Amino acid sequence: MFWIILTAILVSASCALVGSILVMRKQAMLSDAISHAVLPGIVIAFLLTASRNTFPMLIGAGAFGLLTVYLTDLITRKTKLFEDSSMGIVFTTLFAIGVILVTLFADMVDLDQECILYGEIAYVPWDRWLFMGMDMGPRPVWILSFVLLLNIIFFLVTFKELKIYSFDYQLALTMGLPMAGIHYGLMGMVSFTTIASFESVGAILVVALIIVPPATAYLLTDKFLNMILLSVGFGVLSAITGYFLAVWIDSTIAGAIVVMTGIYFLMAYIYKVYFDEKRQGLDSQKNIVALTPK
Amino acid sequence: MSKSVQIPPVEVHDLTVKYGEKPVLWNVDFEIPSGKLIAVVGPNGAGKSTLIKAIMGILEPVSGYVNIFGKPLDEMRNQIAYVPQRESVDWDFPISVQELVMMGRYSHIGLFKRPRKDDRQIVAESLEQVGMTEYANRQISQLSGGQQQRVFLARALAQRADIYFMDEPFAGVDASTESAILELLKSLRDQNKTVIVVHHDLHTVSQYFDWVMMLNLHLVAFGPMESTLTEENLKKAYGGRLNILSKAIHLATQQNYSREK
Repeated sequence: MFWIILTAILVSASCALVGSILVMRKQAMLSDAISHAVLPGIVIAFLLTASRNTFPMLIGAGAFGLLTVYLTDLITRKTKLFEDSSMGIVFTTLFAIGVILVTLFADMVDLDQECILYGEIAYVPWDRWLFMGMDMGPRPVWILSFVLLLNIIFFLVTFKELKIYSFDYQLALTMGLPMAGIHYGLMGMVSFTTIASFESVGAILVVALIIVPPATAYLLTDKFLNMILLSVGFGVLSAITGYFLAVWIDSTIAGAIVVMTGIYFLMAYIYKVYFDEKRQGLDSQKNIVALTPK
Repeated sequence: MSKSVQIPPVEVHDLTVKYGEKPVLWNVDFEIPSGKLIAVVGPNGAGKSTLIKAIMGILEPVSGYVNIFGKPLDEMRNQIAYVPQRESVDWDFPISVQELVMMGRYSHIGLFKRPRKDDRQIVAESLEQVGMTEYANRQISQLSGGQQQRVFLARALAQRADIYFMDEPFAGVDASTESAILELLKSLRDQNKTVIVVHHDLHTVSQYFDWVMMLNLHLVAFGPMESTLTEENLKKAYGGRLNILSKAIHLATQQNYSREK
């Protein structure tokens, strides 16, 4: 039980971190695209190394995550299509290639489609990491800790750059700040986070963990740092309460965690609507000032 | 003679920009003099915003190049400041006024470093210059349109640049903000800064600015206000849009007369 809750906490914390920036940038669905598009990366890593070793998979997934972002940008820039359409083209195609690869090499690949899509966090404790003959504990916990650490380092180092990246990308460009680096760095972190979370919660539910806790936080705060911390807070809270919900109703843990993220969002929404009613007076005043004719 | 030897703050040569297949700027070529307030005018879709975005390197031109004080843009980025259109950002974004203005310091602070004391000092001074000191700790979601524009200007001031590009800073602001912005522009000019402003309002262009650039995919005319803001040039720039045209000529020339009085 301890390992399962710890895994859930690690997954939701990483997801909420990268998700907070995606939500503030209004690019939340990019996580959906990346979570699907990394599939061929996983399969290719699998075929090349013939093992379920995680590091080649992280690299394969990272490569395909960045490829998704690059191709989406390329199509958007070179054609008159908007970003959502370009993304729709790229990630579905890559995902389909992944599905074909899985079916073609089904005999060689010990990859379970069910597991990729839905995950199974309950098996985590049995997936041990043996290091020099020693039992180091569940392997996913190590990987997820590593990814969370990477995420935290990335956020600490680029905190200021992430802020301007999310708020005013064009100004950052005019200043010559390395926005492409920040962009691909963040997308790399989204890819790592997604693939590391796969086994536990699956490709679909990981999207919920990336979007819903940050969206909840977004309703409740207007401070940048609080937005990030609250996102992680809601993610972790959903992980813990979700676990107990699953035990209580004897159902899927990943599903219960996501249901909890939805419930917290609903609570925040109701609070916000009520809160906004009280602030209405202030808001209408603001509009009068803005609309005063010259 | 010494004036003509001066290196121009901004030189643009043979600049052509396309969106996809569609050209939005054709062969634009000019040199901007220093210490002037310059208005960029033209009908909707004339490429006004595109021009300043291309000069600042946000858009990649198909051909042509830009020099800032005789050097390539990449060496001179700290010399330029940018005020984007107010609508280009999300004003519900979770940051305070102070944090927004601090962004103007980012390229000076350096990558991955934290703001220092003198950065905070500059931010405070910039807020004071636009009369927003008491709003420093407000969240930007609580600002009115005019206040948003002042905060954007404060951020550009915090960049401590020599050349300022502003995209419609007068759009949708209240009267007191409009005059405050104008005072600010004049004080920048008096410090021999160069200010290039995309401007929509032909009523005020001759009142507010020293030079005018008329744009309509091509560069129609560029020069000192009196000799450039003529009926003929306005016709060229706004040609075809008759109803706008007659109004524009009426307004613009009327302004000229009232100025001469």
